[in-house]
Amino acid sequence: MFGTLKMHLGRFRHGVHPPEHKALTSHLPVRRLPFPDEIVLPVRQHAGKPARPIVKPGDRVERGDMVAAADGWVSVPIHASAAGTVTDVGLWPHQDGSYETAVRIAVDPNSAQAPRARLIPAWEGLAPKAIVEAVRHGGVVGLGGAAFPTHVKLSPPEDKPLDAIVINGCECEPYLTTDHRMMVDYPDRVHHGIRIMMRVLGVDRVLVGIEKNKPDAIERMRETAPKDLDVEILPLRVRYPQGAEKMLVEAVLAREVPSGGLPMDVGVIVQNVGSVASIAEIFETGLPLIERVVTVTGRGVKKPANLIVPVGTKIRDLLEACGGLTDDAREVVSGGPMMGAAIANFDAPVMKGTTGIVVLRDVDCEERTQMPCIRCGHCLDACPVFLNPQVLGKFAMNSRYDEMADDHHVWDCMLCGCCSYVCPSHIPLSQLFAASRTALRKSKATA
Amino acid sequence: MSTSRRWLVTASPHLGSPESTQRIMWSVIGSIVPICVAGIYFFGPSALLVLLAAVLGALVTERVFGKRGTLGDGSAVITGLLLGLTLPAGIPLWMAFVGSAFGIGFGKVIFGGLGQNPFNPALLGRAFLQAAFPAALTTWPTNTGADGTVFSHFRLDRLGEWAALRGDNFALPFMRPEVVDTTTSATPLGIAKFQGLEEVQKSGIEMSDLLLGSTGGCIGETAGVLILLCGGYLVLRNHMNWRIPVSIFVAVALLSGVFQLVDADKFSGPLTMLFSGGLMLGAVFMATDMVTSPVTHKGCWIFGIGIGALVVVIRYWGGLSEGVQYAILLMNAMVPFINRVTQPRVFGTRVQKVRVTA
Repeated sequence: MFGTLKMHLGRFRHGVHPPEHKALTSHLPVRRLPFPDEIVLPVRQHAGKPARPIVKPGDRVERGDMVAAADGWVSVPIHASAAGTVTDVGLWPHQDGSYETAVRIAVDPNSAQAPRARLIPAWEGLAPKAIVEAVRHGGVVGLGGAAFPTHVKLSPPEDKPLDAIVINGCECEPYLTTDHRMMVDYPDRVHHGIRIMMRVLGVDRVLVGIEKNKPDAIERMRETAPKDLDVEILPLRVRYPQGAEKMLVEAVLAREVPSGGLPMDVGVIVQNVGSVASIAEIFETGLPLIERVVTVTGRGVKKPANLIVPVGTKIRDLLEACGGLTDDAREVVSGGPMMGAAIANFDAPVMKGTTGIVVLRDVDCEERTQMPCIRCGHCLDACPVFLNPQVLGKFAMNSRYDEMADDHHVWDCMLCGCCSYVCPSHIPLSQLFAASRTALRKSKATA
Repeated sequence: MSTSRRWLVTASPHLGSPESTQRIMWSVIGSIVPICVAGIYFFGPSALLVLLAAVLGALVTERVFGKRGTLGDGSAVITGLLLGLTLPAGIPLWMAFVGSAFGIGFGKVIFGGLGQNPFNPALLGRAFLQAAFPAALTTWPTNTGADGTVFSHFRLDRLGEWAALRGDNFALPFMRPEVVDTTTSATPLGIAKFQGLEEVQKSGIEMSDLLLGSTGGCIGETAGVLILLCGGYLVLRNHMNWRIPVSIFVAVALLSGVFQLVDADKFSGPLTMLFSGGLMLGAVFMATDMVTSPVTHKGCWIFGIGIGALVVVIRYWGGLSEGVQYAILLMNAMVPFINRVTQPRVFGTRVQKVRVTA
């Protein structure tokens, strides 16, 4: 077999190595955030179709109750993360800067927040199809950022045979330590999730890729690995964006996911450690996905921490729980600093895909003047999918979008930001590519 | 946490490498300075004057005709210094000034400034001077005194000879320069070209002279080893693509090695070829100009091999003793084409066979 004949390389080509900044929180065990006064649950917090609200103002909800139902196959339900009363179903600030329908719940201060009796059945007695159905009802999505519904990933089409599951413990984004702490504090849960995935997919080979800057995670995962399963823990070279699934498959299996394709085209399914753990968690607790680990970090926040946060907690409440912001805090980013989005309104809530909140200071985000391209070629050496950002950038600045799509593979760009990161002339390349794709989508829609 | 504070909302990535175009330019300047110092050591105050005139010409042109605020990026200083280094020390200063003004004006500003020029501005300026004033550009002062012995090795009793001008640097524009009482000599390449290889041996030029720089030639092209060291510094800082000089050296060494085997009396060998004339300076500092060299690694190899081959052809069979500047300018013209045919293979476009055993 192609993949196993070749030893795994432990690396992909190109990419960058930004300063890691992980020491701020990598040593801090995960602790629980107290329930806030209000929870806001946007109906759009996963890839696919937004959920449909099924509650109305005045309704009493307990912890774990469904407040919005899945709308179609590529969609997931959303559940109340705290007991309380629905006050409103209407527009609320979203992390992406827009407003989105959201269910607002005033948290009952007198509630014990005790979970209801098991909403999710135990998995051991279930057939694979029933496990997938339980995961679907649990509202589980990928926790690595993209928030892709997990039950879709666990239901590969018949004509795509799989022979390996790759578990993504890279966490290549600077600052974030969510997955790191998950592997150190809850390694058994991760392995439990792996066991469930193996049963569902009928795959008996698992590779866990962890970057070498997390030796404690590698050690804990090795110690706790079940003896009866073929689970291999692979230390990987520290390199951004290794956590991108195409790069990870290349690094651990030396298989190249085809352009425009998915890992299952080369017989692999990739799942982030947090997502794997949340599969196990819903069966362990009997509750759907209503909380997640979030890293609140950066030198602009007074007390950085790794927190278990109820989904729907406002970023404002989260930051206040971490001691508030310093006087020189300047930019608040949801997600890692390489691909995360700056937050304009702190009333926006934490969602299922929120990996971390990074607060940057004045000195961390100094304004940089853009210079003309000097064709140094550093962007070509950085691009992990081997595009030519130099030419793409030139075309984007001249609005030659069709050529970007037809001749220069702009749709293969992952918007990882490596080219922008290295550009000595500070040309916002990945931003230009994102804008070009929006323009291409628009012209296609009107054509 | 006050909401009245002004928060920054920018597109990702929110981190950037500390690299900047200005830093690249100024570190290139820093790596050229030792070569300038060596030039002054070998060719006296004349060299300093010529370098200053060339830099001044570049800066004035950039300021007057270029976009506002581009002086600080340092690129004009590089052009001026590099052009100065390729001139003989005895050249009238106004020529150096005009040469770099031409290089910046017609080599760079006219195309839209930094990053837009197809040709290396310093070499374009030099090509212009060579066409306009061929005699002035091929009069090479040496660093030997009237008695034929080298005086540049810091001997106080010969300081006067070192400090003497190596030509009529202060000649007025379009006036015939005065003949200054200084020693001039042909370069090793010139002797080999126009008098034959045996004359080179007779002239007493040793290999060590070529390596260390105590021969006749332009201000900055003689100290081969020093140029390599300065280039190495830039490679370590990732401000230079090492593939270009290496491929030039390999191409020149291989081709001249083959021709030496064919006829050792007619063709100079690899070491002489590498360390004489403008090859070192051209390969390390001119061909590697980021703006006018290919962006792909494969392209850099093709670019370098092309330059190396052209240098050998021009030096052996061309009408000039020296071929580096035209070799680089010709390959500069090829760069857009090289870039187009050496585009990287996009990830996931390989036709592969993965057999999944499920």
